[in-house]
Amino acid sequence: MYTQAMDTAPKDATPAVRSADEAALQTRFDARIDAGEFIEAKDWMPAHYRKTLIRQISQHAHSEIVGMLPEGNWITRAPTLKRKAILLAKVQDEGGHGLYLYAAAETLGVSRDELLEALHSGQAKYSSIFNYPTLTWADVGTIGWLVDGAAIMNQVPICRCSYAPYARAMIRICREESFHQRQGFDALLTMMQQGTDAQRAMVQDAVNRWWWPCLMMFGPPDDQSPNSAQGMRWGIKRISNDELRQKFVDATVEQARVLGVSLPDPALQWNAARGHWDFGAIDWSEFWQVVGGEGPCNRERLSARVNAWQAGAWVREAAMAHAQKHTIQQEAA
Amino acid sequence: MNQPAQEWPLWEVFVRARAGLDHKHCGSLHASDAKMAIQMARDVYTRRQEGCSVWVVRADHITASDPQNKETYFDPAEDKVYRHPSFYRLPDAVDHM
Ligand SMILES: [Fe+2]
Ligand SMILES: [Fe+2]
Repeated sequence: MYTQAMDTAPKDATPAVRSADEAALQTRFDARIDAGEFIEAKDWMPAHYRKTLIRQISQHAHSEIVGMLPEGNWITRAPTLKRKAILLAKVQDEGGHGLYLYAAAETLGVSRDELLEALHSGQAKYSSIFNYPTLTWADVGTIGWLVDGAAIMNQVPICRCSYAPYARAMIRICREESFHQRQGFDALLTMMQQGTDAQRAMVQDAVNRWWWPCLMMFGPPDDQSPNSAQGMRWGIKRISNDELRQKFVDATVEQARVLGVSLPDPALQWNAARGHWDFGAIDWSEFWQVVGGEGPCNRERLSARVNAWQAGAWVREAAMAHAQKHTIQQEAA
Repeated sequence: MNQPAQEWPLWEVFVRARAGLDHKHCGSLHASDAKMAIQMARDVYTRRQEGCSVWVVRADHITASDPQNKETYFDPAEDKVYRHPSFYRLPDAVDHM
């Protein structure tokens, strides 16, 4: 996980007067984008392109590390040693994804500390999905299957993002994500096929709670995503929110059938004319509420991150002091 | 509280995927010293046996060519086609040379 198209940044006013030099650079940049070329960190880029990328990549990075919390919650309570090892590996992967993405954002000239400060102060966003609680073990499997599944849908097109450091990070991430979705489905399938009635009911309950928030992960409907067109123009966004959401629904219906669970949407119906599954209306007021800080776990998640950062401060300082001491000793020798 | 000056320095990470191959740049990370950078590179970039050897280099110790000079720097090689073996048309009998 996880990026989310939220279009929450204020619109920048384009300066009316630009130097001839800058106009020439802009023309060249546009031509490179049109030719499908990659932009590297040291290349000239419009300020708004840079800002948009910093916002999107850092939101994505924050989502990866905040996303470690709901699942990390279950590491000590995983039902078997095998499941515990798998969950540890998955949560560790998410930490790595955060690192790849922070590193990509830093190539744009922003420091890691600044990025974290923006998260901790609440100024930066992360994916709304992680503000929901993990109540049972079935939630862990459901996150793997649906949340990572939705994330993969979102992330695969970004592997072709015009900003090369971001694209490279995404390729690495997508290679690792597939295991996340499969292990989740596998955990749920085990309960559905070999479990008790109570365990099957637990799986169904988890799916019921996660389904709609997962559909919201793709961001607001296209007609309410004013910045999407610019993202498409810049090759930052490749496929629209609604299109990705539809792809996710289409892929998931069959998986749910194999698993033996129902999806909590009475309007879900195959539409032969469209060649897609129709689905019911999404409650966007819930989405904006969660994005705005009023989800079930927003405060808990943020305070867990802030506490980890503050409690780790002495470790970071001690490691630096240790390194400096050794540098001084080496220079003296 | 967290001045950028206190950040752990940035290291670039290079991994050799298999014996016989070059080390290839694969990403970067922050670490307080070289030993920690190697350890973290192992943990982050080789969890699935992606490598058998790791190099780390302080990012501020790397000197790079200037992308502004890309054309003047690299384009002169463009018209020197005689540097490639395919430039030379030889009789079929010896063309595998
Ligand atoms: Fe994941
Ligand atoms: Fe991830």
